[in-house]
Amino acid sequence: MAKIESSFLDLGYLDSLAYRDSPIHRLDPRIKLITTLLFIVCVVSFGKHELSALLPFAIYPVMLLALAKLPPGYILRKLLLAAPFALCIGVFNPLFDRATLLHIGSLEISGGWISFASLMLRFVLTVSAALILVACTGFDSLCLALARLGVPSAFVVQLLLLYRYLFVLTDEAMRLARARSQRSFGRRGRELPVIASMLAQLLLRTLDRAQRIYLAMQCRGFDGELRLLRPLRIGTTDVVFLIGCTTALLGLRFADQAPALGDAIGGRLSW
Amino acid sequence: MVTRPLVAVSDLRHAYADGSAALRGVSFAVGAGERLAIVGANGAGKSTTLLHLAGCLLPQAGSVRIGDLILRSDNLPQLRRSVGLLFQNPDDQLFMPRVFDDVAFGPVNLGLPADEVNARVMHALAVVAATHLAQRQPHRLSGGEKRAVAIASVLALSPTILLMDEPTASLDPASRRQLIELLQTLEQTLIIATHDLDMVLDLCPRTLVLGEGTIIADGASAVILQDAALLAAARLEKPLRLQACPVCSRRLPANGRSP
Ligand SMILES: Nc1ncnc2c1ncn2[C@@H]1O[C@H](COP(=O)(O)OP(=O)(O)OP(=O)(O)O)[C@@H](O)[C@H]1O
Ligand SMILES: [Mg+2]
Repeated sequence: MAKIESSFLDLGYLDSLAYRDSPIHRLDPRIKLITTLLFIVCVVSFGKHELSALLPFAIYPVMLLALAKLPPGYILRKLLLAAPFALCIGVFNPLFDRATLLHIGSLEISGGWISFASLMLRFVLTVSAALILVACTGFDSLCLALARLGVPSAFVVQLLLLYRYLFVLTDEAMRLARARSQRSFGRRGRELPVIASMLAQLLLRTLDRAQRIYLAMQCRGFDGELRLLRPLRIGTTDVVFLIGCTTALLGLRFADQAPALGDAIGGRLSW
Repeated sequence: MVTRPLVAVSDLRHAYADGSAALRGVSFAVGAGERLAIVGANGAGKSTTLLHLAGCLLPQAGSVRIGDLILRSDNLPQLRRSVGLLFQNPDDQLFMPRVFDDVAFGPVNLGLPADEVNARVMHALAVVAATHLAQRQPHRLSGGEKRAVAIASVLALSPTILLMDEPTASLDPASRRQLIELLQTLEQTLIIATHDLDMVLDLCPRTLVLGEGTIIADGASAVILQDAALLAAARLEKPLRLQACPVCSRRLPANGRSP
């Protein structure tokens, strides 16, 4: 359970990164949200065997990472944490799609392996972009940006609470695990019933606490509308960033007619 | 001149969903600016009473009036503007990513301008000696630090009625003393549920003793806290300051200094 503590609670660190200061941090959350969404759409919209055209997109997260002075190691660890999910989805591609698509010397590479690599690359690109977005904006500001962009308030508040309750859940899980290890004296055996009842406890406790936290929020004037201290304001830098990113992203997306940059970086890997 | 009490609770009853009756007909009134202590054994119904006063629970029978408002589901938002509740468990109260934002949550929701919010937050943190925690994550604080921040988050609202559930629990002695001194300077109406009877002696002229969901006694703290039989019935003990010295069996005077 110590693993839960170190991996999930580190989300708090993600939050704390959002309070740093950098040109990227100072951008309006709406701008960052829009460019990141555009980035994700661009990356996802390529064909399933695309590889080389995807590579240049790595510039976007790397640039943000550098400008926002975020610790790359941390983002990488979070990526690894989510990697099993992507692996699960992609791992069947090589099994089902065995048609050879590429020869490297005498090596024959099937379409399945290429689409698998493409999927993993997309996963790395999109998830790192999303992580970086949260790390340089903060989840609360992002939710506010969503609300300002016209997403229904009820949905945004749900999202915000979901994120908050994630902490509640992991906190409770930790406490339960601690309480158990306190009194199990390292003994093994008959683990399953214990774990089952712990999970039930966890659910009940989390529901209870979520309820009380919601009450506490209401007691302090929360009426379902999101208000934040940082005002949202779109300035010249924001507009320049938006136009720059949009042009670059769309350029990269529709540059496959003249894939010069892609070739330079990735070689002719794609079909 | 007879003024109407600010808070009036009459024949309040509450049973939780699992059927356990937490309050079995509680009635009391609190005047504006009064400082009332609610004491009683574990499970006596102190927290349940405070939750009603804050509008977190609605009366199943009986009524609660705060100012001109009768507690009902339709006027909860209005009512909550005038009361601030410190929850018994600070973990229930702290949910923002940073201590600063947590304390600012209430004032921001009140729609105050940013300068005012900043000023209030810094002031509230200063009075609980927690200014240095402003940038920390609330769920990574020690128990006492969490309590201090939770107190600040209620003080920042500056409500007309301050409800506190065990404010001194898990505070170190210096912080506890500081909190008591702070509360003494406040002019707001104060209702405190606590097991800290020495604090009651310092802070609250009036005490309400709860036992199994009913009021056992309601009167001057100085009288109630001297009444050994009553306290025993409520599973409480005389405050240390009112107990005789075990060595010389002399008693300290009420101000706590030796004669
Ligand atoms: N959420 C709940 N569900 C069911 N029963 C509850 C719940 N909360 C409290 N109770 C029960 O209601 C009664 C009164 O509880 P309450 O929390 O008001 O006591 P208290 O006086 O604050 O005690 P303590 O000094 O331990 O804080 C207790 O018997 C308790 O078991
Ligand atoms: Mg209680």
